[in-house]
Amino acid sequence: MAMEITQFLLAAQSADANIRNKAENNLRQLQQQNLPGFLLSLSFELANNGKPTESRTLAGIVLKNSLDAKDVSTKEALVKQWMAIDISCKSQIKDLVLRTLSSPVPEASHTSAQVIAKIASIEIPQKLWPELIQSLLTTMTQQDSPASLKQATLETLGYVCEEISHEDLVQEEVNAVLTAVVQGMNLAEHSAEVRLAATKALYNALDFAHNNFQNEMERTYIMKMVCETARSKETDIRQAAFECLVSIASTYYDVLEPYMQTLFELTSNAVKRDEEAVALQAIEFWSSICDEEIELQEFENPESEDSSSSHSHFIEKARSSLVPMLLETLLKQEEDQDQDDSIWNISMAGGTCLGLVARTVGDEIVPLVMPFVEANIMNPDWRCREAATYAFGSILEGPTIEKLAPLVQTGLEFLLNAMRDENNQVKDTTAWTLSRIFELLHCPANGFSVISPDNLQQVLSVLLESIKDAPNVAEKVCGAIYYVAQGYEDAGSSSSLVSPYITTIIAELLRTADRTDGGDSKLRFSAYETLNEVVRCCNISETSQIIAELLPAIMSRLDQTLQLHIISSDDREKQGDLQASLCGVLQVIIQKFSSTDDTKSIILQAADQIMVLFLRVFACRSSTVHEEAMLAIGSLAYATGPEFAKYMPDFYQYLQMGLQNSEEYQVCSITVGVVGDICRALDNKVLPYCDGIMSLLLNDLSSSHLHRSVKPPILSCFGDIALAIGEHFEKYVPSTLQMMQDAAKACAQLDSNDEEMVDYGNQLRRSIFEAYSGILQGFKNAKPEVMLPYAQHLLQFIEVVFRDRQRDESVTKAAVAVLGDLADALGPNTKILFKDFAFFPEFLGECLQSEDEQIKETAGWTQGMIGRVMVS
Amino acid sequence: MAPHDVRRPFKRPAISDQQRRRDLSLLRQAQNRRDAQHQARCLASSVLSLQTQTPEPVPELEIELVEEPESKPEEESESLKKDLDVCQASKLKGAEARKWFASQLMLPEWMIDVPDRLTHDWYVLARPAGKRCIVVSSNGTTVSRLRNGSVLHHFPSALPCGARTRDQSGSSQSYCILDCIFHESDQTYYVIDMVCWRGYSLYDCTAEFRFFWLNSKLAETGASDSPSRYHKFRFSPVAVFNCDPSGLYAAYTGVVSYVKDGLLFYNKHAHYQTGSTPLALVWKDEHCSQYVIDTDGKGDIPSQQQVVLELQDDGKLSTSDDPPVVFGCLDRDFIQRSELHFGSFLKFAIGDGGLSFVDGKLEKADLHYLGKTNRARIFADSYSKVIFQYMVRHVPLKFDDLLASVSSSNDQENKTSDVEMVG
Repeated sequence: MAMEITQFLLAAQSADANIRNKAENNLRQLQQQNLPGFLLSLSFELANNGKPTESRTLAGIVLKNSLDAKDVSTKEALVKQWMAIDISCKSQIKDLVLRTLSSPVPEASHTSAQVIAKIASIEIPQKLWPELIQSLLTTMTQQDSPASLKQATLETLGYVCEEISHEDLVQEEVNAVLTAVVQGMNLAEHSAEVRLAATKALYNALDFAHNNFQNEMERTYIMKMVCETARSKETDIRQAAFECLVSIASTYYDVLEPYMQTLFELTSNAVKRDEEAVALQAIEFWSSICDEEIELQEFENPESEDSSSSHSHFIEKARSSLVPMLLETLLKQEEDQDQDDSIWNISMAGGTCLGLVARTVGDEIVPLVMPFVEANIMNPDWRCREAATYAFGSILEGPTIEKLAPLVQTGLEFLLNAMRDENNQVKDTTAWTLSRIFELLHCPANGFSVISPDNLQQVLSVLLESIKDAPNVAEKVCGAIYYVAQGYEDAGSSSSLVSPYITTIIAELLRTADRTDGGDSKLRFSAYETLNEVVRCCNISETSQIIAELLPAIMSRLDQTLQLHIISSDDREKQGDLQASLCGVLQVIIQKFSSTDDTKSIILQAADQIMVLFLRVFACRSSTVHEEAMLAIGSLAYATGPEFAKYMPDFYQYLQMGLQNSEEYQVCSITVGVVGDICRALDNKVLPYCDGIMSLLLNDLSSSHLHRSVKPPILSCFGDIALAIGEHFEKYVPSTLQMMQDAAKACAQLDSNDEEMVDYGNQLRRSIFEAYSGILQGFKNAKPEVMLPYAQHLLQFIEVVFRDRQRDESVTKAAVAVLGDLADALGPNTKILFKDFAFFPEFLGECLQSEDEQIKETAGWTQGMIGRVMVS
Repeated sequence: MAPHDVRRPFKRPAISDQQRRRDLSLLRQAQNRRDAQHQARCLASSVLSLQTQTPEPVPELEIELVEEPESKPEEESESLKKDLDVCQASKLKGAEARKWFASQLMLPEWMIDVPDRLTHDWYVLARPAGKRCIVVSSNGTTVSRLRNGSVLHHFPSALPCGARTRDQSGSSQSYCILDCIFHESDQTYYVIDMVCWRGYSLYDCTAEFRFFWLNSKLAETGASDSPSRYHKFRFSPVAVFNCDPSGLYAAYTGVVSYVKDGLLFYNKHAHYQTGSTPLALVWKDEHCSQYVIDTDGKGDIPSQQQVVLELQDDGKLSTSDDPPVVFGCLDRDFIQRSELHFGSFLKFAIGDGGLSFVDGKLEKADLHYLGKTNRARIFADSYSKVIFQYMVRHVPLKFDDLLASVSSSNDQENKTSDVEMVG
């Protein structure tokens, strides 16, 4: 059955593209003609020690790619394909790849380890390969197994653990795997290669060890082995051991107490003396501990004893030694580290950890850090000045405003002056620190700001001067301006303070966006983003004239992007990025102006021209729509209302394109939102487009390719459409309601232990209710009877949701509203149904006592609606 | 094993303005969706747009119309039988809009006999004398309109969205519609019913619920407080009683801050039905009203009762009721001789022959033609009004009769005989 494929596999790696393409075609043909035979041939190739390494490796990779893919739906198809293969053929393949583990050629054994893990990921959860774990473990316990086989076997165990869930193995298997892996780390018995493979395997197996970590003896044994391994003489083994410790810190935080002294010494030595790769992991250990404690503090429930008892206050206890250790690392900066985003070094990791420590211990960080800041900030050595500034910037989040305010108030003047430092890195960090100060300590709306009418001018003049500095500094300055502007949002009369400067700020930001000295487009991007925030937060009544002048300036920039000469795909990408920024600014301006009656007319006057620009931006691409332009069009539709109808004939094709873009799900999601905007703007004038829109939406909803986050908005969108077109929605009812009922069923099957799925379930429920509300209200005046057959299902679903303990407020609000809509739209017809569903008085009672005014009001209305039905 | 991929953000603000734009758009869309659904839930939402779209002054003709019901309050059971739905109504302008407004109030019939179960199913309240009006608060202002749609006052109030003050929360869709009587001497709006509250329609709610809502909500807002800078007129609830003997007695004799003009009866289970309805009734006598017997244009009481009837195309003379009640018939000659047109409103006096009834139904009326009515008039009299006026002049329904009917049915189950405010 196996075919001879060596030649093709070798040719497929040829330098000659013709030969390569031909070989790839041949392989593809073989695969299509006889998949089982092809996979078997690949396994033979991989297992055959007589074949060239290159063809064996490629055979393994092709085999692996026939079992798994990144894309979820492709992966599902591959799994089905594998499951369909004859069982004897599959066991032959499995034997072959297992046998390859003992190959003396490391490439072959390594590749087969990956293939085994992929087969395991399909078969182990379905209990189709029960003997795998045992056969791997047998290899480990056989005295005569060569080191290379043990290494490959440990690798395989690690990969398998990475692929499957801990629920797929019984506890005895877990115990045996952990035993095999931990023994593989034993210094006395094994070579460095085996120990490295074992340590890496342990990293993947840690998730399986929950029960073992609850048992003190087993836990202590594992911890002892990991700590010993962390002192190995081989750097890569030490690094792998520290990675295990990082993982243990977040997975097993609550049982770490007895080991903390040892762990502190171990990590502290690593940070001070070890190679950077190891030191980084040692710092990461403490960052992970901070993450755990911050989470415990944020979600602390004062009534529950559990959460407070699981908080061990490791950071608080270690702070007086931990903080000096971290401050040391700050002095180990690399030259020009601010110019390159891919750098991650010990001073960056240390500074990041310092910030997390500040968030964990709050005020207590201040006396530990300030002496370091004061001792270094005037030092002639730039490293000292930069480290001091960075330390100061890092501790601004965590301590109370009361504690920080006096420090920042005295420090601000110094920092503003430091923007004239001779060193680029010092200025970079100073600008970043200023942006942190404005982010965290400039909030006039809440009554506190380090910026006063007295120093505002100075602050702005320093920032507007420094924005002309080197690109990396200018980018941080943009961040500082962003937060200065943000502070004045909704700040009442305080926002007038900044109004006189808006013209200059906008001019400087536009000039910065035009700079060409930045190596990439980051500075331009930051400048436009800051411009957005300035527009969003400015006092509209005082600055509408200025923003009105900004509008044509941005439109003309967008127009210029359409004239660009596009040759390469790189050009195309740059054009797209620039258009994204400019459409973003336009969207913010549209939204700002349409928020008040006085300024709305400015948008209405320019609407035709703006829309023409957006259509031309869309036309720049053939297959995808521009996300930012789509977002902006939603705002435009909202601003123009029914007038938007005249743009529909030209715009509709892009709307369709957006709804079909399941690959870039954000685009699809935004387009769905725009459909809602258009429905509300056009009302029944949207009718001619509804057939097309509905079929695309239904398609999206049933697609397994589309990211799930788009599905709730689609359901809500059904409600928007129904509300707009009223009785004309009738023809969509059967298919739409079927989907809504399916979605309701799907809610019940979501994992209630997974926080993310609970959130998703709530979104889904809310959207289903919104869809029902829109449809019921849409039919109310014309054909309410259309919805009668669905009333019972809806009530059942509301009852299920009512009894759901994880229901959030937005779901409650939507549920009580749709209950009223049902009674309102269907009237006396629902009387019998309401009598059958005795839960609703209890539900209304709960809502009427809610703290949320909207829920209360809605419940009152619903009560009235149901009351009307009941007395009818 | 892949390198530990912790590249924590370094010296980078944790913001993405693009994400912020998405989030803000989503927020706006959610708000717009809520408003749209909210609007659909509120039948009378279009009242809002009407109010802002019709700022032009009311023409003279309409003002004449105002005077008439003022001197003879609540005499007509007129109802514009225009089946306008709210969507269409929102597109109306000027005079059409005012007509629509005129049909938005619930108009009680006159009590010509005592309904069954008065004591169990009805409320009673002392009706304030004054101008009946519909009060709408929205978008930071409050407008009161008389029954013909003309604006009475345009003012700030403490009603939700009734004034431009900082602390007013809620969306622009939030608004209120109250059914009031403006009482001139103490410059107070007496709220006799609540039609919409914070955007929620109460049209389809029972009177029981509406009064409960009215009493609990009005107090919350401070609308009942004395006038202040942002609250030009006081809104006062009217005491509502269960229609048992003590409640009825309290409404009839109780001391109130306003001049009474009869008693209003509301069926507890009835919805707010615009136009004329038998589920709300009005009754009066000399003790509780200054205007029991209708006056003429000069304010004098004519010696004979006058009625206004509509001339149908077959010569029949009918009331404004639906279906109309026929009082008589004019012959073709008389119509031609007097140059009368079908659909016109004619004034008659009821002669000494009076009205005669068989089995409670009108059989014959002794009508004497007086002439055509004022051209501004658009409705004939209602049956209940004519009969009530007739009874007042001949066999009035007395307070004792009312009291007797509630007392006789009171002995069994009704324990809540104390004077009691609803809510």
